[in-house]
Amino acid sequence: MFDIAKIRADFPLLNETVNEQPLVYLDSAATSQKPQAVIDALARFYSHENANVHRGRHTLSENATRNYEHTRTLLADYFSVKSNEIVWTKGATESINLIANGLASRLNPGDKIALSAIEHHANIVPWQQLAQRTGAQVIILPIENDLSINSEHCSEFITQQRPKIVAITHASNTLGNITDLAPIISACKAINAISVVDGAQAAMHLRPHLPEISCDLYVFSAHKMLGPTGLGGLYGRYELLKSLDVYQTGGEMIETVSLTQSTFRDAPGKFEAGTPNIAGVIAFAEAINYLTSLDFQQMRQHEHTVFAYAINQLAAIDGIRIYSNQECNIGNISFNYKDEHPFDLATLLDGFGVAVRSGHHCTQPIMSQLGIPGTVRASFALYNNKDDVDAFINALKNSIELLD
Amino acid sequence: MNSTFKAVTKDIEIAAGWQQKYRQIMLLGKQLPAMPDALKVDDALVKGCESKVWLYIEFDHSENSLVLAGDSDTRIVKGLLALILALYNGLTPEQAAQINAYDEFERLGLINHLSPSRGNGIKAMVDKIQTMAEQKR
Repeated sequence: MFDIAKIRADFPLLNETVNEQPLVYLDSAATSQKPQAVIDALARFYSHENANVHRGRHTLSENATRNYEHTRTLLADYFSVKSNEIVWTKGATESINLIANGLASRLNPGDKIALSAIEHHANIVPWQQLAQRTGAQVIILPIENDLSINSEHCSEFITQQRPKIVAITHASNTLGNITDLAPIISACKAINAISVVDGAQAAMHLRPHLPEISCDLYVFSAHKMLGPTGLGGLYGRYELLKSLDVYQTGGEMIETVSLTQSTFRDAPGKFEAGTPNIAGVIAFAEAINYLTSLDFQQMRQHEHTVFAYAINQLAAIDGIRIYSNQECNIGNISFNYKDEHPFDLATLLDGFGVAVRSGHHCTQPIMSQLGIPGTVRASFALYNNKDDVDAFINALKNSIELLD
Repeated sequence: MNSTFKAVTKDIEIAAGWQQKYRQIMLLGKQLPAMPDALKVDDALVKGCESKVWLYIEFDHSENSLVLAGDSDTRIVKGLLALILALYNGLTPEQAAQINAYDEFERLGLINHLSPSRGNGIKAMVDKIQTMAEQKR
């Protein structure tokens, strides 16, 4: 069974007090908290195991290399893919930049890159830059009035427009809405478009089975899935991955170097130039182990129960407007209260020890569409419980009282 | 210390608890005279704010004093802005240069709002006023 009390005890930060109040952490969409095992692994690595990887014959270096590669295997298993299809980067943002850069040489002027209107800026700006460099054109997939993505409408659009690349989120960071990817990926395959899925938000909540999703590329951030900051990566279907142009060059990623020319390692090595985030990768293994030690159905059930409880409590407050999809959601709730500025509400909630995020959440196109400066976003994770919701709702009511 | 500032901060100083403090700050914001729309130009927008903050600074040569007006789309920042305006409005550049806004906000227990990471631009506003005062000395 899903023992939430035991799970909460594994996350030391949840016991902190903020502004003299017990912390209620509802900002996991920005970064998840870390279980003690991850924190210990970081300290253990630097205290007892620190050495560089892929060099040196000495014992520490060989151990570090083995542990570093072991995490790659663990994550490949987590996504049900092969370990040589996983590339480490410093985060989902760098992953998208790596992909955009790696695809540049196959774009011609007039080619189309299709994005959804609810993407994180990290899945917009690199494509805009790529379009500028290559003469390609960014086109926007249709969006419904309630900001949901209708996969059928998107598929039709893809079939008509024939973009070369389709980049879409698996779950919106602002809204939490889960994208029904299957029809969209099928439409991509039918016209040989390369599909890039932003899994930064979904990777922890949905434990995605990538062969089933069947996208070409999938990006993630370790720190949003219980792991350390400064680490992320991507999955790439191997045939495609190995054909991408390299992003950064230097040590580690080469096979041979002379003063006039060099050859590169095979993927994924050719994308990992320089000394990587060794401690981060090794500690990330503990995060993956932690997630996989939990029964996925039970975890999702728990997350959904807490989410649905929060939605019900919120909706019962007069004047609250919820922008998120209330069924198909990873656990992010975007809302506002009447015409109050989200900044004021978030500041007051912070006074009560409740950590939420306010603003445009790096999705300014969504805010333009809604005609609002931003939202308050409460985002939940597996370690949140109904007590968190109660404390949040209570603080929200008190904050509203201060504003009214 | 000018008398306007003393008068407006009296209630904040005696406020019991952070909630009352915020209530007083938002009240100050509410009492701030509306800024004419003509002054709400992009040039007056203070950069680096999550909320919109306009700060209009003029120098009255005949009086040798700073003339300030401002507005914000959030209640809390508008209240903090009202404090800043009360702190600097009508001062000569020499007097303004003597003001340490940091100390004043610290005394009021509002110092966390001056740190650059808060993203509400209070620090940016103070810097903008001090730069103007410096230029006119």
